[in-house]
Amino acid sequence: MTVTAQILYMASATAFVLGVRLMGSPATARRGNRLLAIGMIVALGTTVMVIPSFSHVIAVLGVVALGTIAGVWSALRVRMTAMPQMVALFNGLGGGAAALVAAGGWPATSGSAGWLALLTMILGSLSFGGSAVALIKLQEWMRGVFWGMALRVVGILAILAAVALAVFLGAVGTAHLSAAILLMVMSALSGALLTLPIGGADMPVVISLLNALTGLSAAATGFVLGNQLLIIAGTLVGASGTILTQQMSRAMHRSLGTVIWGNKIHAQGGEASEGSVQPITADDVAMLLRYAKKVVVVPGYGLAVARAQLEVKQVTDLLQEFGVEVLFGIHPVAGRMPGHMNVLLAEANVSYDQLWEMERINPRFPKTDVVLVIGANDVTNPAARTQAGSPLYGMPILNVDQASTVVVLKRSMGKGFAGVDNPLYFDVKTRMLFGDAKHSLSALVRELEGIA
Amino acid sequence: MSLTAEFYIFILAVLAGFQVISKVPSILHTPLMSATNAIHGVILVGALILAFSVHGAFAFTIALVAVLFATANLVGGFVVTDRILGMFRSERGEDAR
Repeated sequence: MTVTAQILYMASATAFVLGVRLMGSPATARRGNRLLAIGMIVALGTTVMVIPSFSHVIAVLGVVALGTIAGVWSALRVRMTAMPQMVALFNGLGGGAAALVAAGGWPATSGSAGWLALLTMILGSLSFGGSAVALIKLQEWMRGVFWGMALRVVGILAILAAVALAVFLGAVGTAHLSAAILLMVMSALSGALLTLPIGGADMPVVISLLNALTGLSAAATGFVLGNQLLIIAGTLVGASGTILTQQMSRAMHRSLGTVIWGNKIHAQGGEASEGSVQPITADDVAMLLRYAKKVVVVPGYGLAVARAQLEVKQVTDLLQEFGVEVLFGIHPVAGRMPGHMNVLLAEANVSYDQLWEMERINPRFPKTDVVLVIGANDVTNPAARTQAGSPLYGMPILNVDQASTVVVLKRSMGKGFAGVDNPLYFDVKTRMLFGDAKHSLSALVRELEGIA
Repeated sequence: MSLTAEFYIFILAVLAGFQVISKVPSILHTPLMSATNAIHGVILVGALILAFSVHGAFAFTIALVAVLFATANLVGGFVVTDRILGMFRSERGEDAR
């Protein structure tokens, strides 16, 4: 490789690191993303520059055009509620591409690079199969799965067989594309089978894990082709996916093993909550909010399911006109992927200064007059703090019970994902506004407009 | 470049990655994830090297599929991230740039 090309590759690696750095603040994040894109253009230009000979130029450029159209079209069309599916799709495409590049490059390798090519085929295909199933599950094309344990066992057997095949192929030392295809099919199958039994609520962890896996397979391809830029960029993605996986597991109070092995949470722990709940009507909630000084809204995924983001925005706008301070308290797992709720609220034009993360909002609850909990359950359950026997015990929660009054918008008295009672609902300072979130919030908007 | 040197690069990239990414606040985790998603589209570099140099119809088909996957991943990832970040607005009137 020429010196110029080396320098350009280095510039593009620098752009990647600085671009991610700029993503550290909402004010500079968009610039960061554009810097990343520029780094990518430089990388691709440099690659084309150093390629010694071109064959099939027209066909390759045609496919690039096709991929560009497909990418832009889906990116402009996707709904923000469907972002987890989009990320799963791109993870699968990236992982699949990494596996195929490793397979195609395998015959030209020797020694350790050959072993790395086999490893990349396994990692990339695992990510491809897992992402395909994650996409299907998130899109709700498929609901509950039976024989969960059997699927997991077959999935583990498939990956063990794939590793055995890879060891055999590596030891024999001659590359065959048909053997590579077999290896990739087995690994993809294993990824699919292992993802199938994982429940919808665990998806933020799964998506992050697949993201890390795809990044690592891109980095491994860099070792195969002797391309340092692939190593650096792939590793950045791997680091990001690993950090997000850790944070999501911690926020859900589930170990990675429990997510993958699916040990059901048993509800027998924890005390049953006693007492009666106190229902409230929309006009009373309106009065309560109107004369409050500080209000915190706690949205959960139920809000997005009811598509009530715009109604929430209307309620908060009206309250702000009355001079009420309104903030949003966002739990890390509110949504189907890391940070999802922030995007859904940003889409409804809620400004990002109002979106406060858990660590920042928690100290404010004792000074808060009214908390409005919309479609969130387990993440507000005080049993996580107080009941050592509860399955939720130790999970980081939003301490809404420390506010003066809590209003919970809820469809019915059903239990949360963890299947445990929420003592918050029986608290003397809690009022329950039953009904569909969208309807309740529309009623609230009407009442607030009536007061004005 | 030797495998050892490449391994150095890998380790340093791990350290740099953990440094910059742990500074991203949770409010931006979705755009972070979709941007890093676009970054692994860098595999297009490998796919292009392969597609321009490979011999044989079967191997070429594999390379073309890789190019298609990687391009859609890369372009789509950056466009959707830009779209998401365009939605983030501040009360003080500063849009995300």
